[in-house]
Amino acid sequence: MRATVIEFLGSNCDHDMVYFIRDVFKIETEVVWFTERDLKNPDIVLLPGGFSYGDYLRPGAMASRTPAMESVREFAKRGGIVLGVCNGFQILCESGLLPGALLRNKTISFICDDVYLKAENRETPFTSMVDRILKIPIAHGDGNYFCDEKTLEVLEKEKRVAFRYVSPDGKIDDNWNFNGATNSIAGVLSENKRVLGMMPHPERACEKILGSEDGKLIIESVISFLEKTDG
Amino acid sequence: MKGKIYVYLKKQVLDPQGKAIENALKSLGFEEVKSVRVGKFFEIETDSSFSGSAKERMKEYCKKLLVNGVIEDFEVEAVEE
Repeated sequence: MRATVIEFLGSNCDHDMVYFIRDVFKIETEVVWFTERDLKNPDIVLLPGGFSYGDYLRPGAMASRTPAMESVREFAKRGGIVLGVCNGFQILCESGLLPGALLRNKTISFICDDVYLKAENRETPFTSMVDRILKIPIAHGDGNYFCDEKTLEVLEKEKRVAFRYVSPDGKIDDNWNFNGATNSIAGVLSENKRVLGMMPHPERACEKILGSEDGKLIIESVISFLEKTDG
Repeated sequence: MKGKIYVYLKKQVLDPQGKAIENALKSLGFEEVKSVRVGKFFEIETDSSFSGSAKERMKEYCKKLLVNGVIEDFEVEAVEE
């Protein structure tokens, strides 16, 4: 298995993402600069979090229109696995690979806290191993997922909501939906379920010393998916 | 050409920033304030290398980058020179 992490101007969770994949999982990992078109033949592309272009214009707007993202679009079209975290999720929405948009948090404030996530569809490349409620941190100012009603209906019907914010005991509760996301949506899948965007940071929940290892279940799911499809 | 581009959040999109400003105005004693929505304003000037319709060109800027059609609407005022 080979992974590629794309670095944009201003990405600041890129090293966390590389550490997560290369050091924790020992997966061969390439780092590709946003001006490059060659993704180095990955099995998974990861778009890290962290304020590319200073969030100027709209979060993810400028990063989504870079040469590397053109290649990511083609990679996704061929059925490639793509995971975008936080700003990576915003970039996926801005690039049209995922529907909807991430609005300012309902509280207007930047929120840095642990959230609890429920995998709503276990039959995806990212969730097959997610057999419990996940505790994973968020750190964002614009994470309030929004889409129009028609899109929302399609997402729910096609089971493309990967994760929802829930209470620690797994119940949907507005008090645990800190950013005000529509239908408590924390992560969204593409039509073929191979592109996932999520606001919480699994790479920040990958070792006991960080307070949670729950983020690993997402990559373990991807590994298991790729092993099955390769075999 | 020169253009002015106004970008608004769509009506059905919540604007918590606007809401906070609305409340701040009210707390300053402007009790008549009913609603505030925050948008963006771009002033764009180009060189003379483009000679087509200024308005259509500015609309392209919007669609390609300046506006996210999922959440925003826009208006363009443009003049050829």
